Amino acid sequence: MTSRFMPLSGDPPRSKVLAVALIAIALGLALAPFLFPGAKPLNVAAKICIFIALAASYDLLLGYTGVVSFAHTMFYGIGSYGVAIALYGLGARWDAVGLGLIVALPLAALLALVIGLFSLRVQTIFFAMITLAVASAFAVLASQLSWLTGGEDGRSFRVPEVLQPGTVFIPRDVLGVAVTGRTLTYYLVFVCCVLLFLLLLRVVNSPFGRVLQAIRENPFRAEALGYRTVVHRILANCIAAAVAAAAGALNALWLRYTGPDTSLSFAIMLDILLIVVIGGMGTLYGAVIGGTLYIMAQNYLQTLMSSLSTAAGNAGIPVLPQLFHPDRWLLWLGILFILSVYFFPTGIVGKLRGGSG
Amino acid sequence: MSELLTLSGVETHIGRYHILHGVEFGVPEGQTTMLLGRNGAGKTTTLRTIMGLWRASAGEIRLGGARIEALTTPDIARAGIGYVPETMAVFSDLTVKENLILAAREGEMDARRLDWIFGFFPPLKRFWLSRAGTLSGGQKQMLSFARSLIEQRKLLLIDEPTKGLAPAIIGALIDCLREVKRRGATILLVEQNFRVAQEIGDTVSVMDNGRVVHTGTMAALAADEALQHRLLGLSLDTHQ
Amino acid sequence: MSATDTDAGAALPKVRADYLPLLLPIAMALIALPFIPSGSTWVTLTIAGLAMGMMIFVMASGLTLIFGLMDVLNFGHGAFIAIGAYMAALVLVPLTGWMQADSVWLNLAAVIPAVALAVGVTGLLGLAFERIVIAPVYGQHLKQILITMGGMIVAEQILYVFFGPQQIPLPLPATLRGSFMIGEAAIEKYRIVCVVVGLTVFLAMLLVLNRTKIGLLIRAGVENTEMVEALGYRITRLFVGVFMAGSTLAGLGGVMWGLYREQVNAAMGGELLVLVFIVVIIGGLGSVTGCFIGALLVALATNYIGFLVPKLALVTDILLMVAVLLWRPRGLYPVTSR
Repeated sequence: MTSRFMPLSGDPPRSKVLAVALIAIALGLALAPFLFPGAKPLNVAAKICIFIALAASYDLLLGYTGVVSFAHTMFYGIGSYGVAIALYGLGARWDAVGLGLIVALPLAALLALVIGLFSLRVQTIFFAMITLAVASAFAVLASQLSWLTGGEDGRSFRVPEVLQPGTVFIPRDVLGVAVTGRTLTYYLVFVCCVLLFLLLLRVVNSPFGRVLQAIRENPFRAEALGYRTVVHRILANCIAAAVAAAAGALNALWLRYTGPDTSLSFAIMLDILLIVVIGGMGTLYGAVIGGTLYIMAQNYLQTLMSSLSTAAGNAGIPVLPQLFHPDRWLLWLGILFILSVYFFPTGIVGKLRGGSG
Repeated sequence: MSELLTLSGVETHIGRYHILHGVEFGVPEGQTTMLLGRNGAGKTTTLRTIMGLWRASAGEIRLGGARIEALTTPDIARAGIGYVPETMAVFSDLTVKENLILAAREGEMDARRLDWIFGFFPPLKRFWLSRAGTLSGGQKQMLSFARSLIEQRKLLLIDEPTKGLAPAIIGALIDCLREVKRRGATILLVEQNFRVAQEIGDTVSVMDNGRVVHTGTMAALAADEALQHRLLGLSLDTHQ
Repeated sequence: MSATDTDAGAALPKVRADYLPLLLPIAMALIALPFIPSGSTWVTLTIAGLAMGMMIFVMASGLTLIFGLMDVLNFGHGAFIAIGAYMAALVLVPLTGWMQADSVWLNLAAVIPAVALAVGVTGLLGLAFERIVIAPVYGQHLKQILITMGGMIVAEQILYVFFGPQQIPLPLPATLRGSFMIGEAAIEKYRIVCVVVGLTVFLAMLLVLNRTKIGLLIRAGVENTEMVEALGYRITRLFVGVFMAGSTLAGLGGVMWGLYREQVNAAMGGELLVLVFIVVIIGGLGSVTGCFIGALLVALATNYIGFLVPKLALVTDILLMVAVLLWRPRGLYPVTSR
C-alpha cells in the first residue's frame, strides 16, 4: 500500500482506526444530502465541513508553528463579512461573491502580516495576550460600523440563483431526495473545504512545513541553522488567515447571513481551540476527527441536556436543572477542555497513532 | 583524606540530549579540586547537577556521606553548598546590600565576615546601596563570590569565575580564594584559565564528552606537558 | 565596562532612576487639558480616570506579580474578579436596608462583611486553583493558557448556574452617593474612595516588596528563581502565597468595580480580563509600578477620549498598548529576564 497517495501529500493517517474513521467521515459528508435528508442534518454536515477547514487552519498555527493566537476568528469574520457585504450591496450575483473574496482574502492575509510583524517585537506570551485584545477590538469595531456590517443584527442576503433553496434541479420523486440549490451549495462547501484541507496538508508536508516544525521544536536552533524564523511564522500566519477567511466566506454562503455571533464571537474561538486540542495538535487530521465529534455533540448533545434538565426539574432536584440547562453547554465544554489538556495532551489522533505503534 | 563530595556514575539528560555519561570523581575535604576540560565537556552541567538544578537521571552524589542527588535545590543549598554560577546571577533590581541579605540565610550578616569580604572587594562597600544591575562585570563577579562567602559553607561550587575579567580583578579573586582555602574550605572550581587553576588547585579532574578522563594532583599535571597536551589540547605556557 | 575597579579609582556610571514613565500620566492629563472645553469637566474626567485606574490597578497588580514571579499565565484571573463581585452582592443584597440608611456606621456594617467575604472566598479559591489546576502544569505555557481559559469559562458558567444570567443591581451605600463640588467641578464621593483604596494597595505593595524579606524574595525570584533556590529558599512555597494575594486583589477589584457600575454580571470577568492584560503588558510583566502607571494611563485615556471622540473609546486601550510597545517593546518597566 503506497504511502505516497498523492492527494494526501505523503502524510498518511498512520493508524488503521484513524484511517477507517477518516474514510467514514469523508463518505458521510460526501453523501450527506442523501444519507441524512432534512434541513438540520444537512446544516450540521455543512458546519462540520467548514469547521474542519477552519480548525485545520488553526492547527497550522498552533500545532505546526507553535503560535498561540486568539485572533483567528477575526480572519474567519473577515471572509464572512466580505462575502456578506458584497452580496448585500451588489445583489445576488456571482461577481459579488468574487468581489467579496478578492477583498476579504488578501485583507485577511494582510492583517495577519501586520500582526506577524508585530510579533517581531514581542514574545510569544505577549503575542497571545495581544491577539486576545486585538480580536475583541475587532469585534467591537464590527458592531460599531453598523452602516457597513449591520451591527449587532448582521447582514442577511440572497445568494446567486443557482444556490438558492428554491431552485430545484431534480425533484424529490426521482431520487427520493430533492436536489435543489441548497444541495448544490452544500457540495460547493464540501468540495471547497476538502480542497482547503488538502492544501493545508500540502503546506505542512512541504519543505516550508518542515521548517515550521523545526521552529516549533527549537526556535533557537532553527535560527542558528539559518532559517529566518520570523519570516516563516509570518507566512504561516498569512496562509492560516487566508484559509480561515475562505472558510468564513463559505459559512456566509451557507447561512445566507453573517453576524457577530456567527463569525466573530469568542465562543467560536473556543470551539476551534477545543477541536484542535481534543483532536490532536499538529496532526491536521485532528481537526477532522475533533471537528466532527465536536459539532455533532454541540448540536445533538444540547437536546440531551435539555431533556435531562427538564427531568431534573420535574424531579424537584435543586441546582441540577440549571447545571444541565442547554445554555450551560459551555460549562461542560470547559470541563471537557480542561480534562483533555490534562489527560489527552496528544489528542485523539495522537492516542490512536500511539496505540497502533 | 576523606572526600566531602563524591559523584559515582552520574548521568544527566537534558531533553533528548545525553550530556553526562557516568561521571565519577571526588572532592577531598579541605582541598581545592579543579574541574577542567574543553568547552562542551560537561563541566557546567556537572555543577548544575550537583546543585540539583538539573536532575541526575542515574548515579549517586554524596555530600559528607549523605546522598543528595534526589533532593531539591533549596535543600541541597541548605546542606551546606554555596554556588557561584557561570552567569553570576546577581539580582540586578536589588542593591548589593539586599543581595547579601538574601544570601545570609541563617540570620543577620556577620559584621566581621562582611569586613573581611570588603577587604578583598572594596567596590562592594563603595556601592553598598547601588542596584546590582549597575555594577560592572567584574564587580558583579565579586558580588557573586561575596554571596557564597557571607556565611560559612561546607562546599563551594564555582563556575568559571574569571571568564572575561581583567587581570587585576582576577588577581583579587585569586587572593580571596587563597584566603578561603587557608581557612580550610572545600572548593570545586571549574576554570578554563589554566594559570589560575594551577595557582590554587590541589587536585584535578579533567572531563571530556561528559566523562571524567583523568584524576590526579595538580602538581603532577602541571609537571607533565605531554599529559596537558593530551587532555587539554594545549600546554601550560600557551594556555594563558 | 571599566577595566580595573578593584580600587577606589573606578567611576560608576551615574544611575538615573527611570522616572520617565512616572511622568506619563501627568503628561497625558496636561495634554488633554487644552482639548477639553471647560476646566471643571477636565477635573471630573481626570478624577474619573484616576478612580478607574486604581480599580484596574488593584485587579491587575496580582496578575503581574504572579506572572513575573511564577511564570504562570492565568487566563482565569477574570474569574476571581467576577466571583469577588458576586460574593459582595451576596452580602449586600440582603442588607439593602443598611446600605440605604443614611448612616456611615450602618453602611460600613454592610460593606465590611461584603468585602471580607469577597476577599476571603477569592483567596481560598486562589489557593485551590493554584494547587489543583496550575501546579501540575508549571513551566508549560501552552497548557497553562488552555487550562486557565477553561477554568475561566467553567467559573463563569457556574456563576450562571447559581446566580442566573441576568445582572444583579448593586447600588452604592447611601453615604457614598453623590458628589461634592469644587468650584464648578462635580467630584463623586465614591471615586475618591477608590483612589484612596488604590493608593493604599499600591503603597502597601511597595512597602512589602521593598522593605520586607519576603518582598526581597519576590523581587529576586521574579528575576531569577533558580538562583533564589540555589541560595537555599523554598520559593515554591512563596508561589502559593503570591497567587492567593493576586486572586484576593482581583476579588477586591471586582467589588470596587461592581459598586462603580452598580451592577454585577457573570460576563464581567471576561470583559475586564482583556483590559487587565493590556495594562499588565503596558506596565511590563512583573512590575508593580509599571502596572500602576499602565492602569492610570489606560483609564485616563479612555475617559478623555470617551469624552472627545466617543467612537474611539473602545479601542483606546489597544492603541495605547501598541504605542507603548513601539517605544518599549517589553513594557514600561521590564523586570523579568524573560
